[in-house]
Amino acid sequence: MTTAPDTKAAPTPRAGSKPSPVRSLALRWDTAVGVLLVAVLVVGLGTTEGFGSAENLAFAFNDIAEVAIIALPMTLLVVAGQVDLSVASMLGLGSALTGALWEAGWAFETIVPVVLLVGVAGGLLNGWLVTKVGLPSLAVTIGTLALYRGLASVALGSDAVTDFPQVYADWAVDTTTVPGTFLTYPVLLFIVLAAVTAVVLHATGLGRSLFAIGSQEEAAYFAGIRVKRIKLLLFVVTGLFSAFAGVVFTLRYGSARADNGLGFEMLVIASVLLGGIDFDGGKGTLFGAVAGVLLIGVLKNLLTLNDIANEVQVIVTGLLLVASVLTPRVIATVVERRHRRAANTPAPQP
Amino acid sequence: MMLRNAAGRRAVATAATAVSLALALTACSGTTKDSKESGGAKAASSAKADPDAPLKKGLKIAFLPKQINNPYEKIVDEAGIEAAKEYGGTGKEVGPSDANASSQVSYINTLIQQRQDAILVAANDPNAVCGPLKQAMKKDIKVVAYDSDTAKDCRQLFINQASSEEIGRSLVRHLGEQIGYKGKVAILSATQNATNQNTWIEFMKEELKLPEYKEMELVKVAYGDDADQKSFQQTQGLMQAYPDLKGIISPTTVGIAAAARYLSDSSYKGKVVLNGLGTPNQMRKYVKDGTVEQFSLWNPEELGYLGSYAAAALASGQITGAEGEKFEAGKLGEYTIGKDGEVILGEPTVFDSKNIDTFDF
Repeated sequence: MTTAPDTKAAPTPRAGSKPSPVRSLALRWDTAVGVLLVAVLVVGLGTTEGFGSAENLAFAFNDIAEVAIIALPMTLLVVAGQVDLSVASMLGLGSALTGALWEAGWAFETIVPVVLLVGVAGGLLNGWLVTKVGLPSLAVTIGTLALYRGLASVALGSDAVTDFPQVYADWAVDTTTVPGTFLTYPVLLFIVLAAVTAVVLHATGLGRSLFAIGSQEEAAYFAGIRVKRIKLLLFVVTGLFSAFAGVVFTLRYGSARADNGLGFEMLVIASVLLGGIDFDGGKGTLFGAVAGVLLIGVLKNLLTLNDIANEVQVIVTGLLLVASVLTPRVIATVVERRHRRAANTPAPQP
Repeated sequence: MMLRNAAGRRAVATAATAVSLALALTACSGTTKDSKESGGAKAASSAKADPDAPLKKGLKIAFLPKQINNPYEKIVDEAGIEAAKEYGGTGKEVGPSDANASSQVSYINTLIQQRQDAILVAANDPNAVCGPLKQAMKKDIKVVAYDSDTAKDCRQLFINQASSEEIGRSLVRHLGEQIGYKGKVAILSATQNATNQNTWIEFMKEELKLPEYKEMELVKVAYGDDADQKSFQQTQGLMQAYPDLKGIISPTTVGIAAAARYLSDSSYKGKVVLNGLGTPNQMRKYVKDGTVEQFSLWNPEELGYLGSYAAAALASGQITGAEGEKFEAGKLGEYTIGKDGEVILGEPTVFDSKNIDTFDF
């Protein structure tokens, strides 16, 4: 795997006893997801014909490019204790606008920045409602989920626009790869963005602020962190990435439609959740989130290649998600009990 | 946009930087719709047809319906899989559980990796499936669209259930007779981009322009996405928005069944005429209780059977998809390929209380 960026996650400080670093790494869920991902890849290569072909791998990863791109800012949001459910609708709006403007005869090079600006505007609206009006992000983005999807339908109605310029379409499709690798260009772009996001989250003051806001917003505020500004920025970046994902999606399928990416928000959130990002905020690593997205994509590809019915795939994903929420809690409880027992037994006499 | 605080300004500045960066990255040549490159890859096969070639044994064919839990598509596909046994091949059905355009793409990729001999696809969107289908044809996997066509250069054949024009126009004709050519009518379709639905709806609109329909008004085309619950709600919505609605045409088996279920339990039963395309087993109850007088369909089993044989004839080299070529479709006899690689199954059947009990599918 060349796609997982190397993140040196600073374990978030925990109250109470400090387990040894080796053990904490072994017990961390994001490590488990990484191991699981490698295991699935190995099993796939060993058992399934066609799975390991460059062509198939290119497809499998390209197939989740948009979800993966949106999962990056979503991870930052969730770490800061926020969520954005309007991402898939923004993807649809980006796709619909790309189609509508292309129909109207605009140059593709002009369309892209305009679509990105719309993404920013959508993010600003989300962020403004959360920070200025003081509404919870879940409520706000459920509203804008409907709003942006509605605007997408207004922009393009029930049409599908196709015939985008070959040069850009070729950039997005899974048959065009970086020479000598199975990496497609959207996936390559994702790797770059993931590396940048990992640095921001785990190696900058801004990243530390996100963890602080997610752990205890008020404390973060009194510690001088500009909570509102950071939240607003997060929503703007999420809107921007989502609209861009809309352009990529449109080119990849060669079809701009208002209903593109319907339901993707759940796929993005499931990936982040699977990667061990705590929905109470304040915990998680970008490595986990990336491993989560890749795991969902690789599993889907492997199960489909083996003719496993869609219903079963959904069940597998569901079980994984439940496990990802439960396991860390179970481990934490076990560790805590052991510590308590250790504290109660008298130290051995020399 | 006026932003008074520094936070807002900073966010906008960041965004503006990102956008200008994107602008700088894009070439300044300006690619528009009219500056098209001539890059239309035509999937014209250079292969020669050999009408006397025997059907190959052990062919692997796969049906990719719009969605796998659609009862009508199940009938079509199962008949096609049965037909494959007749000529010594194996068939299977794979597909997504939702009828979204993009959902079918990953299945096509998978079928390519599995090296199927032929893929039969009922497209949710004529273009979204194009890229991978062209990939398949490059690898000498035959592509047959059935039920709902893809863009013409992404497949070798299209098995059409009946002439699209006849389906669209006949549904309007039947409804017109039923409501005395007068009043508001609506259409309940599947997804917004379903190729077959949109073609039929175009012909319905054409038919409605004729003088005898001047007192019939099409007030709305609603979309139930081939999902039972959504179709049910859309019917409900139609009746609330237009209480004086006289007729509904639903050219989808999922839609007509959901609409009939809503109407049969509502005060509109008997006041509004429902017509469209449905399967006898789904509609039997509603014909018996008077909710629906008549509906149409072709024989879906024959559609799957024909598709299966057409795919086998392609994969065996008997035909290439060119106009005028002929092939034998087992017990259905000989078929000729028409314009644009289209093969037409036959005329739709009208089902009503008199004949419905003679059918079981």
